[in-house]
Amino acid sequence: MDERTLRGKTAVAGIGETTYYKHGKSPDSEFKLALMAILNACADAGIDPREIDGFSSYSNDRNEPPRLAAALGCKELRFSNMQWGGGGGGGAAAAANAAAAIATGMADCVVVYRSLAQGQFARFGRSAPVKTISGEGALSIPYGAMTPAQRYSMKAMRFIHDHGIKQEALRAIALASYQHAQKNPRAVMYGRPLDEEKYDNSRWISEPFHLYDCCQENDGAAAMILVSAERARDLRQKPAYLLGAAAGGPYRAAATAGNTPDFGSSHFKTVAPHLYAMAKVAPKDIDVVQSYENFTGGVLMSLVEHGLFEAEEANEVLTLPNLVAGSGKLPLNTSGGNLAECYMHGLELHTEAVRQLRGASCNQVKDADVALVIAGPMVTPVSTAIYGSEAALG
Amino acid sequence: MTARPHYLPEGLPIPVAEPDGLSAPHWAGLRRNELSIQCCEKCSTWQWGPEWICHACHSFDVAWKPVRPEGRIYSWTRVWHPTHDALTNHGPYIVVVVELPHAGNVRVIGNLVGDVHQPVAIGTPVTGVFEHHNDADPAHSLLQWKVSGAAD
Ligand SMILES: [Zn+2]
Repeated sequence: MDERTLRGKTAVAGIGETTYYKHGKSPDSEFKLALMAILNACADAGIDPREIDGFSSYSNDRNEPPRLAAALGCKELRFSNMQWGGGGGGGAAAAANAAAAIATGMADCVVVYRSLAQGQFARFGRSAPVKTISGEGALSIPYGAMTPAQRYSMKAMRFIHDHGIKQEALRAIALASYQHAQKNPRAVMYGRPLDEEKYDNSRWISEPFHLYDCCQENDGAAAMILVSAERARDLRQKPAYLLGAAAGGPYRAAATAGNTPDFGSSHFKTVAPHLYAMAKVAPKDIDVVQSYENFTGGVLMSLVEHGLFEAEEANEVLTLPNLVAGSGKLPLNTSGGNLAECYMHGLELHTEAVRQLRGASCNQVKDADVALVIAGPMVTPVSTAIYGSEAALG
Repeated sequence: MTARPHYLPEGLPIPVAEPDGLSAPHWAGLRRNELSIQCCEKCSTWQWGPEWICHACHSFDVAWKPVRPEGRIYSWTRVWHPTHDALTNHGPYIVVVVELPHAGNVRVIGNLVGDVHQPVAIGTPVTGVFEHHNDADPAHSLLQWKVSGAAD
């Protein structure tokens, strides 16, 4: 039997975004934003949107592939895919599902997309105005543990306790995103820098998270066009090959009411080894990291569970100079990410990884050939992907 | 706790059993000052949150057993930012994940009563405090926690 792998079989040929807005500020409907991002990605790739024959999204995106295919006049629809699970955990899985469809001949040109217009729809960071609650929510919401910040702060708190992590380590993650955003005109926080004093003086949201440890909520859309590696080589952009991807979660990760056995975790301990095995990449080979910041504590645990450093090294590794493109050994979230570019549910981390491999980032890492993209941590399922340049294919 | 009979203000979502009744014994137990947690009749594995099957042996004969409401703080947070209208202007409150040694170390979520500014330490022994909301509609009860040995 041939080796079962996605390594090098597909590539991102085009990326697209809309303008990014503060939440509720988009002048356009969520569906229109999705269309705009998809058209931008097609234009970037030099592909006629009518050639799209597959759609892949995550986190219960409300913009369904059949409607998108009809609106765009796609010649046919072959792959209509949604990764189960909430939060931003499915971002890399959506790319992997698209790649799997192409690699197995189920589709030829798949768009990965995510669109959010929270003026039209409810916000993530507010509890729904309901009178009663049952199921999983009943075990936490009446106790005031209702939003992701409140629930995931306790996972980070446990990890920080177990490993002696200092607040400064979380702060460095936030500072890196904001510093990168100052060179990224797409970023919502462009022109709004953050320094240590402003972070330290910011209010607590849910300990150990200050305001700046928590992601924004935004309106906008992003999209990526995936095609076979052969096809990508004939298109106008330098291909960003998918080297590997993995999704899922450890044993009983979804046990409710804080009963995930490995509670103080980002949920990547079982997932990351599958990623590295498929990509044939080791942590030391990674040139640039995009790691989903729902909260800085999630980034901390994700980086550790991807083997980039040991938990006990976190206080030394997580410093601003070390995380910034140019000076740092671990350039992190080089577009500004969820904290400072846009909370596009992490799809903006994939488009940034592609820019790095093209040499086209606002915060370019020199000779970036291998880019790691980690999707939303602490949820289940999580997912993660590695993209590489032609040189990385080997 | 004379100043505040309930740790959090009224108006938060009220816990009720699912339409299929899975967690009904838990909520009924709290009404009579009893913490009821699932335990498998066949293999004695404790399980929380509730499920229709034992995750260890796949028996559907999962019983509800009373558990002494004593535990240890496994993790915690102090919430400052209100995310529900009922909490606006309420101020900070403490949420704890409590590990239950008398139920196979399964965990439950509750509030730590007392001074909202108190230092909180993982590993601290805590004792359950049944908090009855008799005037709510529907009437219900929650299980809160206090540091063991602390005054009510
Ligand atoms: Zn059993």
